[in-house]
Amino acid sequence: MTETALLRLDKISLKHQQQSLLSNISLSLSAKQIMTIIGPNGAGKSTLIKVALGLTKADSGTIYRRPGLRIGYMPQRLSLNPLMPLSVSRFLAMAKSNTTQIEAALARTGIQHLRNRPLHDISGGETQRVLLSRALLSSPDLFVLDEPAQGVDISGQTELYELINALRDDLGCAVLMVSHDLHWVMAQTDTVICLNQHICCHGHPEQVSSDPEYLALFGRRHAEAVALYQHDHDHQHDIHGDVVCEHKHHD
Amino acid sequence: MIDILLYALLAGLMVAAVCGPLGALVTWQRMAYYGDTLAHSALLGLAVGLVLQANLQYSVLFTCLFIAVVLFTLQWWRNIALDSLLGILSHSSLALGLVCLSFIDNQGLDLNAFLFGDLLAILREDLLNLAIICALVLGLLWRYWSALVAVCAHAELAEIEGLPVQRLRLLLMLMVAATVAVAMKIVGVLLITAMLIIPASAAARVARSPEQASLLAALIGAIAVCGGLAGAWYWDTPAGPSIVLSAGALFVLGQLAPGYRRN
Repeated sequence: MTETALLRLDKISLKHQQQSLLSNISLSLSAKQIMTIIGPNGAGKSTLIKVALGLTKADSGTIYRRPGLRIGYMPQRLSLNPLMPLSVSRFLAMAKSNTTQIEAALARTGIQHLRNRPLHDISGGETQRVLLSRALLSSPDLFVLDEPAQGVDISGQTELYELINALRDDLGCAVLMVSHDLHWVMAQTDTVICLNQHICCHGHPEQVSSDPEYLALFGRRHAEAVALYQHDHDHQHDIHGDVVCEHKHHD
Repeated sequence: MIDILLYALLAGLMVAAVCGPLGALVTWQRMAYYGDTLAHSALLGLAVGLVLQANLQYSVLFTCLFIAVVLFTLQWWRNIALDSLLGILSHSSLALGLVCLSFIDNQGLDLNAFLFGDLLAILREDLLNLAIICALVLGLLWRYWSALVAVCAHAELAEIEGLPVQRLRLLLMLMVAATVAVAMKIVGVLLITAMLIIPASAAARVARSPEQASLLAALIGAIAVCGGLAGAWYWDTPAGPSIVLSAGALFVLGQLAPGYRRN
């Protein structure tokens, strides 16, 4: 298991000014596995992604990335300076790619008609597809997606998730993503990690959706969609989401 | 007499050529305040040079480069908002420079020339130093242009794709520092940032690519230099402020032109 892992985090912790952002996070992602991180706002989902990518340094713990691992990263959003004139194809050319590769990526995400448009002028959904195209250009072994459907309308979200699914099947790559779309998460994911600074629970979607921690975080409303059973809590959260009782974390 | 005008014109054009692409990067990276802080520290460099009785151009240059490195390391200091910190540093260094200069008994020093520039006092050797620094900065910009643009567009993506983002940011800071140090003679400490920001902002509206934006910014800067010098020559206005004023007028004119973007 350890030898085949693309990415492994071991006991990662990160603090910012006394406040714990990530605490004792361990996870392992193998080839072709789809892992989704869910959790409330401020749970540290994006921070965890950035630590996994090496963009942010953890205070403690170790990160292993398979040597030569090609990562396609799709950031949460593109906050382009309004004074920077940039066309879609010029933006994609930054991924050290040639015109043929760019055209192929644009065709794959269905936005060839946007190639010469200014990045400032395209819609939220189109922007996400541009970001997805750029992630494709690194021909990744691992797709890392941070809330890919952000700023996309409902019908566009479904299309985008279908596209991501299709791309994953084509490339045969692993996926690590943050998502709020619990329906997609439950239907398409191999492993779910429920994060609230620490890993509350993890496992197959069915397992997780019946975990009291998951219910505590997402409430009964979401839980109605999935089977529900009662069992003992090993710890609880107070109103701030902090753990009330110490317990042994999953690894 | 014509020598003075020719030297002034050449110096101004060289600064405009560098400030075009460099200013574009500075605006895209939202580094205007860094430029101000570096410019104000140039005055401190002047005081240091006078105390040490060293070559003033070199002492200003090395002080600016030193402050650039200090500013670069400050981004990891999380105890205070960065813009406040830059504001404090910027104005403290300006004040410190002014106070230090007041203690130094130097009759020949014209403080106004450093605050607002004295383009018409450019000498042949100033021109040579300016040319060396400008050529160096332009060469570095040429060499690292696409990497620097990628960092401005999205630093995290650039880092994932293997660019040394932090080193490129440091390089950008050092280039701004060097440009500020040599441009001080032209437009003065208080107006240098304007030469970086105004032409680049004017160009951004109509340009279709980062490359077009930087060339257009250089062109707008060059026109501003000519306009400002003409004002100085015919109406005896101060050259530095006149150049900045022409650039400002060009920016306003640029807003009337049809833009590249629709929204």
